[in-house]
Amino acid sequence: MKLFEFEAKQILRKCGLATPRGGVASSPGEAVAIAKELGTPVVLKAQILVAGRGKAGGIKFADDAEAAGKVAAGLIGTSIKGCRVDKLLVEEKLDISEQFYASVTIDRQARRYVALASADGGVDIEQVAAESSAAIARHRIDPSAGFSQSEAEWLVERIPKISQHMLKSVREKKVDRYLKTDVSAFGSVLAALFCLATEYDAELVEINPLAKVASGEFVAADARIILDDNALFRHPEFSDRGLSRADDSPREAEARRQDLTYVDLSGDIGIVGNGAGLVMATMDLIRLHGGEPANFLDIGGGAQAEVINKGLTLVMSKPEVKAVLVNVLGGITRCDEVARGVIEALNGTGTKKPIAVRMMGTNEKEGTAMLQQAGVTVYADMETAANEIMRLKERQAA
Amino acid sequence: MKRIFGNNPRVVVQGITGNQGKLHTEAMLKYGTKVVAGTTPGKRGQTVHGVPVYDTVAEAAEEQGANTSIVFVPARFAPAAVLDAISAGMETIVVITEMIPQKDAIDFVDKADKKGIVIVGPNTPGAIAPPKKAKVGIMPDHVFRAGNVGIVSRSGTLTYEIASHLSSARLGQSLCVGIGGDPIVGLDFITVLDMFEADEETKAVVLIGEVGGVAEEMAARYISESKYPKPVVAYIAGRSVPSGKRMGHAGAIIMGSEGTAKSKIDALTNAGVPVAERPSEIAALVRTRLRI
Repeated sequence: MKLFEFEAKQILRKCGLATPRGGVASSPGEAVAIAKELGTPVVLKAQILVAGRGKAGGIKFADDAEAAGKVAAGLIGTSIKGCRVDKLLVEEKLDISEQFYASVTIDRQARRYVALASADGGVDIEQVAAESSAAIARHRIDPSAGFSQSEAEWLVERIPKISQHMLKSVREKKVDRYLKTDVSAFGSVLAALFCLATEYDAELVEINPLAKVASGEFVAADARIILDDNALFRHPEFSDRGLSRADDSPREAEARRQDLTYVDLSGDIGIVGNGAGLVMATMDLIRLHGGEPANFLDIGGGAQAEVINKGLTLVMSKPEVKAVLVNVLGGITRCDEVARGVIEALNGTGTKKPIAVRMMGTNEKEGTAMLQQAGVTVYADMETAANEIMRLKERQAA
Repeated sequence: MKRIFGNNPRVVVQGITGNQGKLHTEAMLKYGTKVVAGTTPGKRGQTVHGVPVYDTVAEAAEEQGANTSIVFVPARFAPAAVLDAISAGMETIVVITEMIPQKDAIDFVDKADKKGIVIVGPNTPGAIAPPKKAKVGIMPDHVFRAGNVGIVSRSGTLTYEIASHLSSARLGQSLCVGIGGDPIVGLDFITVLDMFEADEETKAVVLIGEVGGVAEEMAARYISESKYPKPVVAYIAGRSVPSGKRMGHAGAIIMGSEGTAKSKIDALTNAGVPVAERPSEIAALVRTRLRI
């Protein structure tokens, strides 16, 4: 689950990291009040969960409280990249001297947390990595050993720009006191990010840019945190929010409430299946047959009729859906249960949209007979079923 | 060299008194797996389908000689169950449970690694070796038949789909391993490719991947650089998946430019591994590569 920037910064502060002074405004009046209180030029940042917010006009500056009110009025209630702006983070404008990058995330291949640090902050880190992977220093963290301050500092010293600078000062035989302080401050940030990642079960904690301000302090100018959905039970302060996520579409939100694994896609062929891999393969097959999937829906293993009914009803009720393909490979999922769920959904919705069902495995005969009695054709392989649903869709349109 | 099934796998079912535990204990026994014990804390002395229940894996190991565990314990308690199996010195631990927090998986995979223990999963259908009549998992065994094709996969039902095509084409299987649909899993493709290389019964390998992560790309590089001696064919699910959306499996998410089907298909193709467009094409590809 993605957290908003203001939530991420609250967590950073709890963990002792510096963030700009400021507050959250839901109205221009509140923005004016915060800006007055700060008494400095401010930055107003739309609290939305999509990347590329700055380029899309979601980050604006204002020199005083009055201007902040005007900027806020122009941002609140608008839509940026399809997301409604309800809240702004109003912060003091920082006097930034250098921009760094710091994050802790999970390295799937190494099966460890990994800390990343770079002297090229303030830009998309993927772009930095693409241009020169050497610009980023990384350290994979041994889970039984943790991540100490000295390891974190060692990581900072391995950032090429910093190590070159250090080497230069050694050669020139002068002790760079300021640089040492920087390495230590940057290291503290990284070590704190690891503590935070494990304490909050985060998949990603990222500070970009990590700003070195005129006073020499390191401040989190922007922050992103993504929590592990599967660990929300350990974090009751976020588990309620897990049900109404800002980045869900209305139909995805409904599916989440009904405990269905559903993702909205842009096509017109509804997809229902069991097992994530099989559902993706079914979507791919629809595309090979010249169609576009309207959704991803995995009913999981051993689903009862009720789950199939709920899922199919949700898919059928999407206006863009013109036809639905159900693809179930029985094992612990029983085909007769699937058939019962399909029939309940068809009766419940009274839909005229064409449907094709592919079923195989446990209780296949019983399920097939039930569906045929209800006038639904059952196919034994997914290739034929995909072909058939495309044909039925065309016929319906004609 | 890591192995999933030793010569004599003796299985303990952790969470045997739950619905899933009971159901699959019966199915595994029926298939021929030696299920020698089960555990559920506090239920020592009970039996499930004739299998004695213990409080801990250590007791099951001591009294019944269990050396392989399969975990059906719910996500909140599964990490403790896996640690129990690790400290009891199981050779292989199959973690069926899904939705285990990644932090916990990182921890138990690391502990198992340091003791040379193989973790299959989490979020896996398990492993099945049809020639040995051994199944430590939840797969419907009727789609599998004994033969010489090894399957390694990140997905359950997609594996059954492809195994059923292979079986109908009289291409039986030597060993099928689900490495799991989670971001953090104990086995990667490369380790299983090594197992297949060492296994005389395996003549060809089917690799089933999906979007998310770089495990397929790493496997492709390994196949190419090690001049992998057995034919490999592949299928990758998720060509139609957009970036940033998690597709059911916690691990199936494209982050930015990393983890796309295209990147995986390109890497495998460049390594000389033919990639099927559809699951139904796998059997023919295997046949061609085996020249049978």
